[in-house]
Amino acid sequence: MPTTAPAFADATASDSALRRFLHGLPGVDAVGLEARAASLGTRSIKTTAKAYAIDLAISMIDLTTLEGSDTPGKVRALAAKAVHPDPTDRTTPHTAAVCVYPDMAATAVAALAGSGVKVASVATAFPAGRAALDVKLADVRDAVAAGADEIDMVIDRGAFLSGRYLKVYEEILAVKAECGRARLKVIFETGELSTYDNIRRASWLGMLAGADFIKTSTGKVGVNATPANTLLMLEAVRDFRAQTGVQIGVKPAGGIRTSKDAIKFLVLVNETAGEDWLDSRWFRFGASSLLNDLLMQRQKLSTGRYSGPDYVTVD
Amino acid sequence: MSERSDRLSVFKTYKLYVGGKFPRSESGRVYEVTDSKGKWLANAPQSSRKDARDAVVAARKAFGGWSGATAYNRGQILYRIAEMLEGRRDQFVREVAEAEGLSKSKAAAVVDAAVDRWVWYAGWTDKIAQIVGGANPVAGPFFNLSTPEPTGVVTVLAPQESSFLGLVSVLAPVIAAGNTAVVVASAESPLPALSLGEVLATSDLPGGVVNILSGRTAEIAAPLASHQDVNGIDLTGADAELAKELEIAAADNLKRVSRPQAVDGDGDWSTDPGTRRLTAFLETKTVWHPTGALGASGSSY
Repeated sequence: MPTTAPAFADATASDSALRRFLHGLPGVDAVGLEARAASLGTRSIKTTAKAYAIDLAISMIDLTTLEGSDTPGKVRALAAKAVHPDPTDRTTPHTAAVCVYPDMAATAVAALAGSGVKVASVATAFPAGRAALDVKLADVRDAVAAGADEIDMVIDRGAFLSGRYLKVYEEILAVKAECGRARLKVIFETGELSTYDNIRRASWLGMLAGADFIKTSTGKVGVNATPANTLLMLEAVRDFRAQTGVQIGVKPAGGIRTSKDAIKFLVLVNETAGEDWLDSRWFRFGASSLLNDLLMQRQKLSTGRYSGPDYVTVD
Repeated sequence: MSERSDRLSVFKTYKLYVGGKFPRSESGRVYEVTDSKGKWLANAPQSSRKDARDAVVAARKAFGGWSGATAYNRGQILYRIAEMLEGRRDQFVREVAEAEGLSKSKAAAVVDAAVDRWVWYAGWTDKIAQIVGGANPVAGPFFNLSTPEPTGVVTVLAPQESSFLGLVSVLAPVIAAGNTAVVVASAESPLPALSLGEVLATSDLPGGVVNILSGRTAEIAAPLASHQDVNGIDLTGADAELAKELEIAAADNLKRVSRPQAVDGDGDWSTDPGTRRLTAFLETKTVWHPTGALGASGSSY
């Protein structure tokens, strides 16, 4: 297994070894975790620090449209917005990526050529992940062939929750093998994993299998990214790098709608994983409406007057 | 203190009314409110610009529902406000008497006039369209119709002297026309306005249609005047210098501005209000509808 860090080669040798490893991870103190996440959310970030945080957050957004009603026109409009989020102020940074379904990846690639904005495509029967492995791999190949720079896969939650960790592990490996140069984001759908212990196990499982990013959720279920589950995943990537030297990114997705929320997440990143993660290569927001709120805050900072939804695009 | 001196006094905490809720100021500040003789009455929240911003967000959120409600429905709700106010008449008589230094009978007359004003504007909601709209004669095969539509989110600086009747007189026409309002209460006597929030909250008025802030007028009004998501501003409660400043700030996004005017009976709010304030925050929408080839189809348009 070339992608598994040598330090943990034993852990992935068999299903029972993997279970032993994952269940041997320390249990999560749920109350402590939530209290820690809440207390880090009380920091006051103002003036120049706020301006920096807003621009950083914009540059970390995976601008997402994952609807049944997506059209090539909508994807092109979103791509244009990703390149120039605020056409009235060209100093606004572009977003990190545009995130679409595989059949829209080619449209997004064409629209974003040369802009520096990456194309992320969800795959593996997103969002449920309920399909045969062959179908999932075909989905990934399709997206990679269309030119996607990043693949967002979902894990098989059914297998994970019934304790078949090796199946999940091997599936991630198989998807990783199909990705080629594309970076792989592994979505756990934390809202369906029930417990913080499970989120910690899933994080380690994903990292052992060679994920480049671990991502909270699809945005399609009731509970998406929360400060607590993101904090937990940040602790996992921090510990993983300390033990293996391999740095892995984190992407909270779904439910982050205001600049205030986004800045709270950035505080979590800085205080937990550290400054190395304060970069769009290592931290992303999966969001769509968040961008407009960040732009309105940015306009407020630069003009001194409150902006309104009439001054950002409707999407 | 009454004869039951063994009982602890229960003081009322006056709070803002924003988005249908009663929050304290985000800043945590309060200021002392005194009666006309300088005796302490209560502490009122001293709103900050962030309270103003939150109020605009609430007003914007409520605008779709309120402007889309039928005029008849708006009229019923405004009448309901009058009913609720009537039921709390004694409380308002006391608060107005304290705030403005009036005798009990004069304060009662003021409160009665305020109740009547709600009834007056309740009746106007479904009639104003006939007054300022209608079919326009045009030289062509078209129906040409004009209808008034609400301007949007309107900031209302309530009059400083008349803390209750004046407030109702400037607020009621704004919401009768279908706008949503952010009201800055009289700085020296905000208590009747803050109590009005409790009446509005129990009158079927959707949360956010009226948002009431208390504090220093200039401090709250400045960010509201420059706010890009506010569509109109009524400067009644601003002095000449502040009104000028605010009007300049309001020009930035072409807000509709209603200047402080002597027409309001020079501070005498008991006179017949007319329709000036109703039409101040209305936009006219005109539609052209082709009537078709009259001859060929035999249409009898």
